[in-house]
Amino acid sequence: MTFVVKPRIRHPQLPVNDLGLTRRDYEGAVSTLCAGCGHDSVSAAIAAACAELSLPPHRFAKVSGIGCSSKTPSYFLGKSHGFNSVHGRMPSVATGANLANRSLYCVGVSGDGDSASIGLGQFAHIVRRRINMVYIVDNNGTYGLTKGQFSATNDRGSTSKKGVPNLYEPIDLVSMALQIGAGFVARSFSGDKKQLVPLIKAALAHPGMAFLDVISPCVAFNNHNGSTKSFDYVRGHSERLVEADFLPAQAEITADYDPGTTEDVPMPDGSILRLSKVAKDFDVHDRIGALEYVQRKQERGEVATGLLYVEPDAADCHDMLGTVETPLNALTEADLCPGEAALERLNESFR
Amino acid sequence: MKPTNIQDPNYFHKVVDCQWACPAHTPVPEYIRLIAEERYTEAYMLNWDSNVFPGILGRTCDRPCEPACRRVRTEEKPVAICRLKRVAADHKGDIGPYLPRVPTVGNGKRIALLGAGPASLAVARDLLPLGYEVHLFERDPAGGGMMRSQIPAFRLPADVLEEEVDLILDMGVECHFGHEITSMKAMLEMDFDAYFVGTGAPRGRDLKLPGRDEVDQHISIGIDWLSSVAFGHVDSIAGNVIVMGGGNTAMDCCRTSKRLGADSVTVVVRSAFEVMKASDWEKEDAMREGIPIINNRPPKAFTHENGKLTGVLFGCVKPVEGDDGRLRYEPSGEDDVFLSADHILMAIGQENHCPWIERDLGIAFDKWDCPVLDEATLQSTHPKVFFGGDSAFGPENIIWAAAHAHQAAISIHLFCQGKDLKADRPPEGVNLISTKMGIHEWSYDSEHDPAARHPVPHADKRQALGNIKIEVELGFDKRLAAKEAQRCLNCDVQTVFTDRLCIECDACVDICPMDCISFTENGEEPELRQRLMAPAANGEQDLYVSGHLPTGRVMVKDEDVCLHCGLCAERCPTNAWDMQRSVVHIPQLGSYAQ
Repeated sequence: MTFVVKPRIRHPQLPVNDLGLTRRDYEGAVSTLCAGCGHDSVSAAIAAACAELSLPPHRFAKVSGIGCSSKTPSYFLGKSHGFNSVHGRMPSVATGANLANRSLYCVGVSGDGDSASIGLGQFAHIVRRRINMVYIVDNNGTYGLTKGQFSATNDRGSTSKKGVPNLYEPIDLVSMALQIGAGFVARSFSGDKKQLVPLIKAALAHPGMAFLDVISPCVAFNNHNGSTKSFDYVRGHSERLVEADFLPAQAEITADYDPGTTEDVPMPDGSILRLSKVAKDFDVHDRIGALEYVQRKQERGEVATGLLYVEPDAADCHDMLGTVETPLNALTEADLCPGEAALERLNESFR
Repeated sequence: MKPTNIQDPNYFHKVVDCQWACPAHTPVPEYIRLIAEERYTEAYMLNWDSNVFPGILGRTCDRPCEPACRRVRTEEKPVAICRLKRVAADHKGDIGPYLPRVPTVGNGKRIALLGAGPASLAVARDLLPLGYEVHLFERDPAGGGMMRSQIPAFRLPADVLEEEVDLILDMGVECHFGHEITSMKAMLEMDFDAYFVGTGAPRGRDLKLPGRDEVDQHISIGIDWLSSVAFGHVDSIAGNVIVMGGGNTAMDCCRTSKRLGADSVTVVVRSAFEVMKASDWEKEDAMREGIPIINNRPPKAFTHENGKLTGVLFGCVKPVEGDDGRLRYEPSGEDDVFLSADHILMAIGQENHCPWIERDLGIAFDKWDCPVLDEATLQSTHPKVFFGGDSAFGPENIIWAAAHAHQAAISIHLFCQGKDLKADRPPEGVNLISTKMGIHEWSYDSEHDPAARHPVPHADKRQALGNIKIEVELGFDKRLAAKEAQRCLNCDVQTVFTDRLCIECDACVDICPMDCISFTENGEEPELRQRLMAPAANGEQDLYVSGHLPTGRVMVKDEDVCLHCGLCAERCPTNAWDMQRSVVHIPQLGSYAQ
């Protein structure tokens, strides 16, 4: 961490987006995480994605639980709404926020402790319910805030900083998300913004649950030689499956790609998700195939990264429940109390 | 691009824009930090080592450092470097203990310095501590040269001038004042071991226009007139005065006239306002005193009646930008303008002029009548004779004179030792010292201060205009100086990158407020400049490129607008970034004395 606040001054030629904002306008308070923490890179990637998409910061709801990861919403999109909730309970708050105001972009940031240990049940159920949000797990395989115990995502055999091996099987949140209904599942790495930023942009455009497992090394407690979540290990063992490039709506579509390896996926808002396949035998629309692929890789100690599964026309919670289009806070008294006649009609329909 | 060689003394020197731009390479950020610590004496001595005349230059320097200041690029206005220098001079304590010792026993070599201006004085200062016997020959009755004769007292008070001139003379210079040099041949016959010519550019240009000779007594050459004022030969000027010319001498002439009782003073310049040679602040000072500056008016003729000047007829032109971006002037079609005048001060430039150097002595002159010199050693074609200051390459300024003097002094020393002036010249060097003192602790004030430049307080205008001896600028007091010192970005505290320590975590990229740092695939410079975190459009500023990192990428840092805030090093988990103070070693003769 640093006590020195990042000065407000910016590069004089920094590009501005359609809203006249630079990426500096999407930053938050100064981070109190350790110097070099992967989580700060994830925060910067979220800010960059929102800036590049020209999204208004005040239309965001940021939600989080407890942990190093869950502190990060303070460090990006300083001019948005936020709720730093109870340990493992971010999904409850996110569900409430999204049901109450569906017009906000909902971004949840959680960690492996928050989502795979204390909040595993909450995680499973928000994915099942397909809440329209971007759910990011800053996954470092360790309890950094309590000085480096193994977390539930730590690989069996991976060691602590002092060399003690982990005895237990890891929980793979990507596999769980694939199994229980997420319409968009990706895995990335905090040290690879070139991959991460387009994935976050695509996740923001995806209607419904978009889950991103971001391996984000803990420089203080889990970036050593025995770790499988270190910068070196991930760089040495990751296989990029599908590169996603996000083309916003109205972007000129050029056809300078090899059709055998590239696929354009239209998103509901008119934008295009352009996928470049790196692994030839991988189908990004095959949920079961993706599940198997990811687990086979994991068995060999490798990390599959990139977009793993996308269901472009996935239904979200609001679609499934048939809720009102208008955010609840915009409903007037006349909408909420339609009067005796309406009640009468309703009662009549049940007779 | 190849990895940057940070061992090259010039690489980090160039990052310190102010020091790089200063002809004498004064270590500006270092002395500004000393001022911030209220260590005025040390700040003064650091200046004195480099530029010899901190009190004088703190008032009169042309300040090549200020337009170069990084703050111009990050925000708008440069740090008031020049005025901070003056603060060091104004508030210094006893400098006695810091001064070099002059040996009581000489080294047996005798050197003649011709002219007692800044160049000669600086050579004297450099040579005396090594035991040289230094003889100074000067036409005027006192030392200082143009600093005394051409800079009016309201910009440079006499006591400030005398203090710094006398400091050098008292080191043991044999002074020969009132000695007008009329023959170089005679000088050479006096058989000194080496000669340094620092006689300046003493000839003011004249303008041969119709009517010029008829009104000779009403026309003065600017620098000669200022000199007469400085030595008390002239103490008034009457009627309407026209100052012709757009340089600093013109500004001094008009402001002096205003103080000596002129009814009206007007500056008329043949070129456009923007391209006038005078420094911006000198133009501003003249205008603040209510002196009109009329541009684009080339003079055509002097008018007179019965041998008395009546005025000047000016043509009217307009500037047109040529294809090469330079201004040309075309007739604007307006009628000629007549301005009535009782006195004209001609300040249209000056030249070096050495009629007293016989042309058969082996000292070659070029077609512009400048001596043929080696630019590095300042040696003329006569091995014993060296030049410096305005007499070397034409009119420059005091800080260039000091810079020439240091090089000439080294050359003279090598020459007197029978060494090669080039091969045996001491090399430049750079030292890097980490400023890290602990976690979040740096030995410099790293935080960026967004304050705007603090204006220098001025004396009351009515009082100042009434007395030529009242200094217009009052200088910063200690409080304002401390505030202004905070604006310095500490560009000499360098961002030093060690590639083998980097784990490519991106922390520095994310925290850098100016988006200076990128990790990317290597490429050719022009193409690489396009794809960094922020466009690196300023080609004059270097890219700092690392060796290959484990992912095959390189770190590229655009030096252009780096705030030297140290946040990259604060956020770096492996100390791959460190903030290291660069100390550039510019060889000076003093280094031999130690």
